Parts: sequence; C-alpha cells; structure tokens
Amino acid sequence: MAGTVKRDYSLVGESTRRAIETGLASAKWYHTDVSRKAIKELMQRSDGPAIRDTIIWIVAILGSAAGGIYFWGTWWCVPFFFVYGVLYGSSSDSRWHECGHGTAFRTRWMNDVVYQIASFMLMRNPVTWRWSHARHHTDTIIVGRDAEIAVMRPPDLLRTALAFTGILDFRYSLPALVRQAFGKLTPDEKSYVPEMEQHKAVIAARWHIVIYIATIAVALYTWSWLPLVLIGVPRLYGTWHMVLTGLLQHIGLADNVVDHRLNTRTVYMNPISRFIYWNMNYHVEHHMFPMVPYHALPRLHELIKHDLPEPNPSMWHAYREVWPVLLRQLKYEDYFLKRELPLTARPYRGEFHEVNMSAAAE
Amino acid sequence: MADWVEACAVDDVEEEDVIRFDHGGRTFAIYRSPDDEFFATDGFCTHEKAHLADGLVMDDIIECPKHNGRFNYKTGQAKGAPVCINLQTYPVKIEAGKVMIQIN
Repeated sequence: MAGTVKRDYSLVGESTRRAIETGLASAKWYHTDVSRKAIKELMQRSDGPAIRDTIIWIVAILGSAAGGIYFWGTWWCVPFFFVYGVLYGSSSDSRWHECGHGTAFRTRWMNDVVYQIASFMLMRNPVTWRWSHARHHTDTIIVGRDAEIAVMRPPDLLRTALAFTGILDFRYSLPALVRQAFGKLTPDEKSYVPEMEQHKAVIAARWHIVIYIATIAVALYTWSWLPLVLIGVPRLYGTWHMVLTGLLQHIGLADNVVDHRLNTRTVYMNPISRFIYWNMNYHVEHHMFPMVPYHALPRLHELIKHDLPEPNPSMWHAYREVWPVLLRQLKYEDYFLKRELPLTARPYRGEFHEVNMSAAAE
Repeated sequence: MADWVEACAVDDVEEEDVIRFDHGGRTFAIYRSPDDEFFATDGFCTHEKAHLADGLVMDDIIECPKHNGRFNYKTGQAKGAPVCINLQTYPVKIEAGKVMIQIN
C-alpha cells in the first residue's frame, strides 16, 4: 500500500524503483469490454474531419493575427490577440496531442506537419515530448514513471494558479529548448527518449531556437514588440484555456492505479472549448482507447459510458469537485477523489492497485 | 528446423484486419491485406508489450493500440517513433483454406 510514503516525482528516483518493483510500471490496464467490430469501426481514420478543422483553425489564426496587426497600437487589437492567443497557446496543445498520436488525419505526413507546427507554438521539443507522452500513456499518473503529471502531491496551489498565465511553463520550456539545443538532455529525458532518438531532439531544439532568434532580430530591427506578440509570447497570454481544460484530465483523482476510471476524468464541455480542445474532454475514453480519433470520441463515449463514472456536467462542476480535494491534499497527500461508478459498470478492483483505497473520498 | 503451423482458417481474418495466434508459448499476428494476401509477424509491438492484434490495419500498416506505433506488416519495418525496432515477419502460405505460418 502507498500509505504515507513520500512521493518522488523524479523519473529515476525512489518512486521509479518502487513502481518497477511492484509491477505498476508498464502494467496491464483495465479496459471496458468492446467488441472488435465496434472498436475497429471507431478506430477508422479519415482525413476529412481534421482537414476541415485545420482549415478553420488556420483561417482563424491568420484572421485574428491580421486583425491584431491592423489594430496594433489601439485597444481594438486586444480582442483579436485574445482570440489569437488562445488559438496559438491553447488549441495548439490538442493539435500537438492528436497529431502526435497520429489519429487526427489518416495521411501520416499531415499528422507530422501539424505536429511540428503545434510543437513549435507550444515551445515543446517535438521529439522529447513525443516520448514523454508515450510514457504518459503507458504509466498514466504512476508516480516516478509518468513525466506529465500536472499537479503533484501535495499540490502547490500557487504554482497551479500561475500555470494559467503560462509563466512557469515558459520559464521551463524556453531554457529547456536552449539546453537541448546545446546537446544536453536531463537524466529524466534520457529515461524515456531512446538513445537512437536523442540526437533528433537536439536538432529539433536548434530549429526552434533559430526561429526565436530570428523573431527577436525582427523585433529589434523594427523596434516593435509586435513580432514577439505574434511568435513566442502567445505561449504566455493564450495558454489559459489549455490549462483550464487540461488540468481537469487527472487532477484530484487517484495515482498509482491501473484503471483509467480512477485516475482520469471526462467532463462535458461547450462546443467552443471542445473545438479548441479537440474533444479531449472525453479523456477516460481517450486513455482507454488511444487509437480512436478525436472526432469519434463522442461515439465511443456513448458506447462505454455504462462502465465509466458519470462525467462532470461542466468545467465549473469539475473544479468545484476538485477544490476541496486539493485543500485536503495539502495536509494529507494520500487523499484523492474516488468517483462513483454506475450500477451497470464493472467494479473497481482495489486489490490490483498500489494505492491506499481507504484514503479515497467518494 | 522451421515448421509450418496452421494458424487459422482463411475466413477467420477479415479483409484489412488482423487476429492473434498463440503457439508454443509465443504470440503471433496474422494479417489479411486489402488485396487479400496473408502475412504474419510477431504478435507483440517491439516498443512495449502490446498485442498488435488489437491494433488497426490500414493498407500495409499495422498500428499498435497502445502508442500508435506503426509497422509495415509485410516487411516488419518500423515506421518511426515510438517504434524503432523492426518486427519479425514469418513466411505464410495457404493450404486447403488454412493459413499456415513458418515458425523458426
């Protein structure tokens, strides 16, 4: 049982050793039973929906950027940069994610092009992050294994609040790219990026840095902030929606379990957020069946919802549910929210998890 | 000495699909391509131990259900991250409506 053992979120530390030793690392996860015929149909790829959505996305990015440039120097530029920022700093995350999985488009090169563009917008090294995300799917919220745990325990509430401004991410991402451009990967990065891929991470980081240097040069040459407001800085002022939606994926739920129903959350969202987020609000479904493209997730949800906890009806509802859990975790970090399953679901099997189920709030 | 082993009946595999075949403590994946040819590879992804038979066949590609790693199931070639190691392939022949694979 996890008990009161202090969590070590390094990927090469004590929690890593324990996760491997106890079989939590690379474990077999719970899946809702779905017939091969049904899942095969849901997994089918098509270019159509993603081409349509990408055209809308690009037109919206270019349109809002054009408006911002046109009205630059007046207050009228603010609403345009508000939209541009969210598209640049938030919607790029879901494009990065879906294209990284290779599920957005059927055609591989289309996934790769959008993946590279979105990685740049997010200041993410396209190589290291591809591998960290693979690890996230293998060992979702397994402490010492998952490189993408957004809120660690005990939660740092100030840090979590600051995440909405993008400052902390920016402070980490840019120096990380500079470090990688100089050929240095951290022990954590080396733990999930295979040796044969590490040089690609260095090359990718160098390309990103070259573009940022060019942007700064243009800003200095024109003696204007505008180039930076268009490239790079949207990662600060436009990142709030990514954090607003993304934090809810796992926050306040169990760690060190092998059932996505216990550590992942599905939240019903408004259509605009779902467009920005590319349906990743169906997050339990995505983790259980990562082969299903974003546009088929609502259908997958309908198919398996009898076996999943009731989704939160809104983001507001989800945050209201999470807040008291976070406060409690400040004093008692084992505490987590165990969400009710419907009567039609197969029950949780606590004995297969390392987590102390008695620490759960239901 | 390589043995030919009966893996399944031809009709057990749908067109552009894959099934799992276990034999001698090993797991294989049997594919039927869109042009009605049969192929066989190791059953587990070379990245992590996921059953390829739960994955998706698209043209000559098998995509792993765990991390979407892609292989050409005809040649075993890994098509890029997160798969870097090629997949072992096995000769296949059809005899009297049965899919036979040659296992080393």
